[in-house]
Amino acid sequence: MCGIVGLFLKDASLESELGHHLSVMLETMTARGPDSAGFAVYGGGEAGRTKVTLRAPAGFDDFAALETALGAGARLTRRGSHIVVSVPTNQLDVILQKIKTAAPALAVSSVGAHMELYKEVGLPADVASQFKLSEMAGTHGIGHTRMATESAVTTAGAHPFSTGKDQCLVHNGSLSNHNQVRRRLIREGIPFATENDTEVAAGYLSWRLAEGDSLGEALESSLKDLDGFYTFVVGTDTGFGVLRDPIACKHAVMAETDQYVAFGTEYRALSALPGIESANIFEPNPATVYFWNRAA
Amino acid sequence: MNIRSQTQTKDTADTAFARTIDLDTSSVRELNQFLHDLPRALPPGSNATALRVLNPRGVHAVAAGVDADVTIEIAGDVGYYCGGMNQHATILIDGSAGIGLGENMMSGLIHVRGNASDSLGATAHGGTIIVDGNASGRCGISMKGVDIIVKGSIGPMSAFMAQAGTLAVFGDVGEAFGDSLYEAQLYVRGSVASLGADCIEKPMEEAHRAALYAKLAQQGLAGEVDVGTFRRYGSARTLYHFHVDNAGAY
Repeated sequence: MCGIVGLFLKDASLESELGHHLSVMLETMTARGPDSAGFAVYGGGEAGRTKVTLRAPAGFDDFAALETALGAGARLTRRGSHIVVSVPTNQLDVILQKIKTAAPALAVSSVGAHMELYKEVGLPADVASQFKLSEMAGTHGIGHTRMATESAVTTAGAHPFSTGKDQCLVHNGSLSNHNQVRRRLIREGIPFATENDTEVAAGYLSWRLAEGDSLGEALESSLKDLDGFYTFVVGTDTGFGVLRDPIACKHAVMAETDQYVAFGTEYRALSALPGIESANIFEPNPATVYFWNRAA
Repeated sequence: MNIRSQTQTKDTADTAFARTIDLDTSSVRELNQFLHDLPRALPPGSNATALRVLNPRGVHAVAAGVDADVTIEIAGDVGYYCGGMNQHATILIDGSAGIGLGENMMSGLIHVRGNASDSLGATAHGGTIIVDGNASGRCGISMKGVDIIVKGSIGPMSAFMAQAGTLAVFGDVGEAFGDSLYEAQLYVRGSVASLGADCIEKPMEEAHRAALYAKLAQQGLAGEVDVGTFRRYGSARTLYHFHVDNAGAY
């Protein structure tokens, strides 16, 4: 099972409603994944600054101490169990090291110019409301509701996975050769935080992108190297991509209008979107890379 | 449960229907129990022969397992397995349908005015399914006697292991059409992306045109498209007979 939702806006006038639509879509997919939920939203950001999203364990109360430890250059915003730290991009490595030293219990969810990534164990509606998803604005976003199969129900095992700046991936299905691919990627210098199969797919794409592939090329080559059944939805700073395995094992439906491109594991996730009645609705073909990009 | 009889409702929009079930206030289980409790042969003059279902909102298994001569009109989109195992009922969907529409249907009619998802009519033995829009992949997979008419296009891996029945597609067909096909009648008016193993194009002769015309006419679609513009596909029959050259493979 698992449910995926995604929304990529073409019309800037909808940007203030991105979080609202995404939260409705996410909650509609509760029956497909009641274990945990997560989402990445691309929006905001300032020139010369990078956002680091951190996950705090339950009971974390050293927020003030962390703020002091990171110094005046870092601006911290708390959202539920997560903390978004805005840092000058040229101090990113220094501040990531300071976070590790000052608060080793925190996990880095994502790093990027525009992306913020939130995930937690629990019902999608509770996860969405904890982080106030419905109030978030942005250009595009991806969400996931998880019914765990390949690794334990933990926050770290929830989707999306991010293994590169402004990159994230959600997955419905399971990969059969993830251990082999993980070993190969570790040799290539890609770090892994979990035993999860989806993290391997995310790491694989990050590796291909670092090697100079476009996202489209990276998805193409994953068809050769990743074995199993999957529907992937990926986000980058400027784009949104979809790939289904060669026999299209996992369900997927998309809707495109002049205003947006939307993805849902089931049609009902899309049914409340504005203008859905006249949208071009289609199911992505197997082994075919779909990609939408905005001018950077 | 909110089943209103015609005499109790003042909602003029519903007066053509003897019953209305609103899925905002009733569960799918209540709807299906009501349908399952209907006698197969409804008494003459019964006012239960027309039922309207409101606000389905993509929920699964709407009107699954019905075994009664009843007309069910669904106002909106349905999820998976709508009309599954249907016998005798006429099911009209004013919206789109999810995966497995009419799976294992035995008889009756399902007409979806929007699009249908994967595995439409999977393993269905009889009856007719009409799609006004497109159907997705695996359309008619392992069909065993159902007639499927799709006015738009269908997706990849359709008619996989189809055994009997008729599939007529007014538009195009995706990859691997008719893979491992047995004896179903496949008619396509548009393009076929690729044929699956053991599926070949066969001559469209007068008897086939007449048979297809009869199927369309039965559903009031005579003259909607020219049956002369269809191409016919069928099994090359090389896979399903034992061949001694393949003995080593067993």
